[in-house]
Amino acid sequence: MDTFQDTVFKLKRYWADRGAIIQEPYDVEVGAGTMCPETFLRVLGPKPYRVAYVQPSRRPADGRYGENPNRLYKHQQLQVILKPTPDDVIDQYLGSLKAIGIDLSKHDIKFEEDNWESPTLGAWGIGWQVMLDGMEITQFTYFQQCGGIDLDLAPAEITYGLERIVAFLQNVESVYDIEWAPGFKYSDVRLADEVQGSVYNFEMANVDRLWRLLAEHEAECKELLAQYPKYPEKQRFPLLPAYEQVLKCSHLFNLLDARGAISVTERVGVIKRVRDLAVGTAKLWADQQSLREEAGA
Amino acid sequence: MSLDFLLEIGTEEIPHWMIPGALAQLSHIKLMGQPAQLDATPRRLVMRAKNVPERTPDREQIIKGPPITSGEQAASGFAKKHSADFSSLRQTGNYYELVKSVPGRSSIDVLAEELPKIILGIQWPKAMYWTDRNGPRFIRPIRWLVALLGDQVIPFEIAGLKSSNVTRGHRQLGASSIPVTIAAYESELRKNGVILGAHDRRHKIETEASALGAKLDRELVETLTYITEFPTAIKGGFDPAYLELPAEVLTTVMRHHQKYFSVESSPGILAPNFVAVMNTSGDPDGLVKHGNERVLKARFNDARFFWNVDQQKKLADRVDDLAKVTFQAKLGSYKEKTDRVIALVKELGGNEHAQRAALLAKCDLTTEMVKEFTDLQGVVGGLYAKAQGEPEAVSRAIYEHYQPVSMEDSIPETTEGRVLALADKLDTLRSCFSIGMMPTGSKDPFALRRAAQGVVKILVEGAMEYRLDALAQDELLTFLLERIQHYFREVRGFKYDEVNAVLKVGVSTLKDAEFRLKHVARVRPTPNFEPLAASFKRINNILKQANFTHGEVSPELLEDGPEKELYDAYTVLPDYGPLEDVAELRPLIDRYFDTVMVNTPDLNIRENRLSMLSDMLEKFSSIADFSEIVTSGDQTKS
Repeated sequence: MDTFQDTVFKLKRYWADRGAIIQEPYDVEVGAGTMCPETFLRVLGPKPYRVAYVQPSRRPADGRYGENPNRLYKHQQLQVILKPTPDDVIDQYLGSLKAIGIDLSKHDIKFEEDNWESPTLGAWGIGWQVMLDGMEITQFTYFQQCGGIDLDLAPAEITYGLERIVAFLQNVESVYDIEWAPGFKYSDVRLADEVQGSVYNFEMANVDRLWRLLAEHEAECKELLAQYPKYPEKQRFPLLPAYEQVLKCSHLFNLLDARGAISVTERVGVIKRVRDLAVGTAKLWADQQSLREEAGA
Repeated sequence: MSLDFLLEIGTEEIPHWMIPGALAQLSHIKLMGQPAQLDATPRRLVMRAKNVPERTPDREQIIKGPPITSGEQAASGFAKKHSADFSSLRQTGNYYELVKSVPGRSSIDVLAEELPKIILGIQWPKAMYWTDRNGPRFIRPIRWLVALLGDQVIPFEIAGLKSSNVTRGHRQLGASSIPVTIAAYESELRKNGVILGAHDRRHKIETEASALGAKLDRELVETLTYITEFPTAIKGGFDPAYLELPAEVLTTVMRHHQKYFSVESSPGILAPNFVAVMNTSGDPDGLVKHGNERVLKARFNDARFFWNVDQQKKLADRVDDLAKVTFQAKLGSYKEKTDRVIALVKELGGNEHAQRAALLAKCDLTTEMVKEFTDLQGVVGGLYAKAQGEPEAVSRAIYEHYQPVSMEDSIPETTEGRVLALADKLDTLRSCFSIGMMPTGSKDPFALRRAAQGVVKILVEGAMEYRLDALAQDELLTFLLERIQHYFREVRGFKYDEVNAVLKVGVSTLKDAEFRLKHVARVRPTPNFEPLAASFKRINNILKQANFTHGEVSPELLEDGPEKELYDAYTVLPDYGPLEDVAELRPLIDRYFDTVMVNTPDLNIRENRLSMLSDMLEKFSSIADFSEIVTSGDQTKS
């Protein structure tokens, strides 16, 4: 039986063999692998790219103090971006399932419509949730728009829910019983994170300070974006750092939400604030990219 | 010579609910004049036709030449330009003409031009591109195209993909590259794990699932029919301890979330089993069964967890939380809606149970269970109210207050439930209309038509005594009247002219309208009715021509004979009596018109006669405006 990390290794190997760069997790909090620059910014523009990475994804409101066998505040996604999408993308995806030991001739695979939309990122795509014996194991999306920009190519995004898949492979009922590495369970590695994360997110995060932090990161981002037009050497302009400020804002929004600090009427407004930053950054990034291509870099 | 035709559009998995709509669009298309047979699975849309002509027929093209007066030389030049001889020109009227025969085109060429347009012309609810931004749009990427006329490939290209004679089988059960002929197409697919006909897949699902004890459900059967290429049913089980959760919750998890059929041990009693439909041919090692059982167990665990968490705060303690749940941006929160609905329930004479139910009805929107299983709103509130010791009348009313959710759904069973359901829907309608949010065309985001239809259904089938004009005014009243017509015609099957006749004279309560409508429909087939309706129409016309509205009848001015007899006969009838009696008046009315002249020179008499006619018309018009009834006379005219 493969451990959690064995499965991760195999998936990375599989996609590396198909030309993907294996990236390491991004070091700013994100709610999903989609939000990492390796997806959000790389899907923009006409330049081909293939990448795969595991991304710990934080959803503060989903925390359950480590008590629910299937729900986590921070779960691990394995994210694959194929740009442009190869014609046999589904066969390649199914091949990855075989690679981690799922004998498809003995299982039931269905592709059920599930379109994806992120209002805070001004992004949407069309696709499916892939069901294995009645369990959702993957989100498959053809990106159509990101940061409010229609994408030149329509990259395929394959997002594996690692805990679910491995719990299935190891036939355990709780994610905490997954064997992460020989002799170490998922609970040994992550339980404290889930418990303490839940306590902090739900009970102790200082709401006033979170609001202030949100405003600070927003201001930092806006200030940066405003300087782009007059900045002489556009290719050196720090748009990637500006985007990190967007991610900070998005995470703070999620934290405030988990604390129940955002009223219904405020909610729409805050989402718009974050989206404006994301869309603003994406636009400038597209511009910077086109300059880079003109320069032949 | 004529040939068979096959087009298979091979795609990645199309959302099941869109497939019938796409086929309906293709069904309007004729291939070189021939209708097509249509089939589909999630991965292929298929058109087949027989007797497609090999060529389009030759035809003649007439080209107009110079006027005859311009002389032969000009005509020769014209002929030469069209590579013809002067001698082949003919004269028609004042002009020369050239009759050119245009040979027909081969159907393959025509189809090669037409098929890409047909394929990309299908309208989808949400299309995508998959090559690049300027590439074609379809519901999901097109991955192969089979296009054959006879044994020839019809050559064309979409998004860089060339048509061929090579199809693909089921993802797991078949080969990925299968050359086909039209004759062997369906059987080749079958050998490769694809059942092409929806009918055959549906039949397989129904037969196998029933054999395993599934409680069939038409909607779910349709979904599964279009989500599989090779459906096979399997039975699984769950721990009977979960049966302590409400059946509504268990069934929703199984049907809506997992697409399983539930199984009953006896009618209305759930068994600890389910039937799943796989998209493959079997489960030899029981892995699929085991996997599905595992998922279901986790789902049921969640439901049990939600149930327990939700009980920690009673519905009654959640009323204020509704202030945080938006009903509609301009219309405020569900707390405000709740306040309005309570007031409306009181206005409608709802008892204290109905009022209590109104207070608690929306509280389940704040529960974990409804956040997870939104379809169960109302139902969960009812179950919780019961578990928390609310009176039966209160919990039942909450449980049923979203009913009827469709025209087929029944109305709430309890009076409290009906009053609450009515108040809830009416409030939604009034509120939305008050901010100008009326449905337009296909846009009806708040499902106001459904709400209005629910109001109508409850009022009629609940035989409720509310006056329509007290419930709705102005635009909302007009909107409701449209739904009332729709309901009586489409749901109840009354004829449109009967509905018009009854509604024309106004509606007090819908119970009353229904009563009158039944009357009219019952008397309609009797022999006296239509001529009577014709007579009423005649009376109407006479009054209209005379510009006469109303007058008092002076009985002493009536002539003995048919006039007096008619007067005596109709005045003794009760105002709201059986229509059969009115129909019995017919011979008297006929005799009246045969012998009495309304427009007599004596103005007093004339006035009195018009008064009598209008009096009679008014008397019976409380039931229906009979002049609206379409009689055989009208039909021959039109």
